[in-house]
Amino acid sequence: MSRLGELARALRAQGTRVGVGELLGAVRCLDAVDCSSRDDVRLALRAALCSSQADLERFDLAFGIVYGVERAAAERDDPLAPLGQVERAVLPRVGIVDPRGGEARPDAEAVPAAWSDIEILREKDFARYTEEEMALARELIARLARRHPTRMSRRTRATRRRAELPDLRRTVQASLRTGGEPLRRRWREPTRRPRQLVLVCDVSGSMAPYARMLLQYMHASVAARRRVEAFAFGTRLTRITQELAGRDHDLALERAMAAVTDFSGGTRIGAAIAELNRAHGRRIGRGAVIVILSDGWDRGDPAQLDAEMARLRRAAHRLVWLNPLAAHPDYQPLARGMQAAVPHTDRLLAGNSLASIEQLAQLLEEM
Amino acid sequence: MTLAQLQTVQGAADALAGQGYLADRPLAMAVHLAVVLGQPLLLEGEAGVGKTEVARALAGAVGARLIRLQCHEGIDVHHAVYDWDYARQLLALRAAEGGLDEGELFSRRFLLRRPLLDALESDSELPVVLLIDEIDRADDEFEAFLLEFLSDFAVTIPELGTIEARRRPIVLLTSNRTRELHDALKRRCLYHWIDYPTPERERAIVAARLPGVPERIAARVVEAVGRLREHGDLYKLPGVGETIVWARALLALGDEVALEDTLGVALKVHEDVQRVRERGVLEGV
Repeated sequence: MSRLGELARALRAQGTRVGVGELLGAVRCLDAVDCSSRDDVRLALRAALCSSQADLERFDLAFGIVYGVERAAAERDDPLAPLGQVERAVLPRVGIVDPRGGEARPDAEAVPAAWSDIEILREKDFARYTEEEMALARELIARLARRHPTRMSRRTRATRRRAELPDLRRTVQASLRTGGEPLRRRWREPTRRPRQLVLVCDVSGSMAPYARMLLQYMHASVAARRRVEAFAFGTRLTRITQELAGRDHDLALERAMAAVTDFSGGTRIGAAIAELNRAHGRRIGRGAVIVILSDGWDRGDPAQLDAEMARLRRAAHRLVWLNPLAAHPDYQPLARGMQAAVPHTDRLLAGNSLASIEQLAQLLEEM
Repeated sequence: MTLAQLQTVQGAADALAGQGYLADRPLAMAVHLAVVLGQPLLLEGEAGVGKTEVARALAGAVGARLIRLQCHEGIDVHHAVYDWDYARQLLALRAAEGGLDEGELFSRRFLLRRPLLDALESDSELPVVLLIDEIDRADDEFEAFLLEFLSDFAVTIPELGTIEARRRPIVLLTSNRTRELHDALKRRCLYHWIDYPTPERERAIVAARLPGVPERIAARVVEAVGRLREHGDLYKLPGVGETIVWARALLALGDEVALEDTLGVALKVHEDVQRVRERGVLEGV
């Protein structure tokens, strides 16, 4: 029984959620199987304690550590595995320089001196933002992120208006009052639901001045809505939806940045979109609004980008590209990546300032 | 075949095999636990690995009735649990010329039983197998309702009161992972990820599903789908279902036919078919 506790600890240290409910379930499972067989115990506990595919690998590692035998293999796979959560937390993560300049600021909320402060910020390029301005813009970005695309749902609700769908239940009830004659007809109308929104952010070197603000927008979107998926890419694609979830802004961004291993590196947009199409095709589903945030400087193969964008477009409801370079009035999509991608996008927006994010919010709302 | 057979892991594997479903040990374990503990089992896996088939085989093995609830967008209590037969209610009202009161109108006579209510009210000696298919297609509200249903195995119909399960059904849920399910729902369930089978197992599956299929055809087809799955550059990978249909196609056409000519059996995306042909992925199979 104590080993079960150890196992739970080892799983939690790797990020799997193991609550009392799971533990009780595990105990019941152990009662149901032959405990003298190591493999049966393993399989029973696995069924009880895992709840996603990602959990399975963690479980095998944790089981190896706690129940022995495969200890050697586990150590070879992950030298950090025997460490507890505390020990891990002390280890340096990835060498990301604290963008706030190292000096830990108290959690003082920056308050705009006047509304005009924000007005001035609206048109200012994100790349020229100071730390204070970033903090000022945060609230506005959060508000913009709450404006989202919707779609018709197949759920309906009762309405007073005359609509397309008869509400038989209420019609029957009403007819009780008129001696069984359905004189007064009642109606239902379809409701609207949030449409799936997929945000894909380029975090390569050339996008670095914008990535932070755009990630902030992504975080606010994930926090505000249920049906949002967030990805980041440089040379490879990383799903950061779960990292960005949660209300704590700084913690979420920190988690997301730790998850992305190729921050400020090169760009291979085609490969990233290919990965999006293959590994996450189901998750994106059909009928989503997909927003790609990138300057289109691509070192990959334009033919691949062309083919993958075509595929992505076919599955999407709308495809929007946000390119900070497009803010310039004379901008022409000359970068090879942009040339390949533009024919497949519905709209090209700037995404370099609050005003352009507002434009995006407006566009999303109209979809 | 009886329920007693599922009391051991090996028994569960044998019982499923008796229905033509060759489960590996982890899956047999999951099914065994779901039956013994009376806890719902959540099955996930790529398309076509046989998630739904597990329920069919389990029901067949136990000799129980399979009740299937196919989830879809916008599904609600009236699709899943019960509804009233409004057309008949209106007719009855007119026939009685207003002499019906509300109690009569909302009585069993006009109740339409949908799959979940059906599963609760089954009067057979054996527990029914309830399959809640593609739960990820339903919305959050329905998932929340299901959470309640799976903990109490009871539903409340305002006009009739609470109806409890006579026997707890054996519940299987499947998800295609088009979205993450709610943690609370997952915690209520046992979990199993169905992987693609190993080549040996897949050959055995083909043999079990198509009795009398020549070994050479099974081996060819399994080798081919194995190569397609490993290729790594395809949008949609062939599942076990495709393997079986492919073997059936070869059985009909004769073994000499080139696999590339029948590629449409396994791959359903134009770009995938093109890619496989261009790169000669299936050469020599």
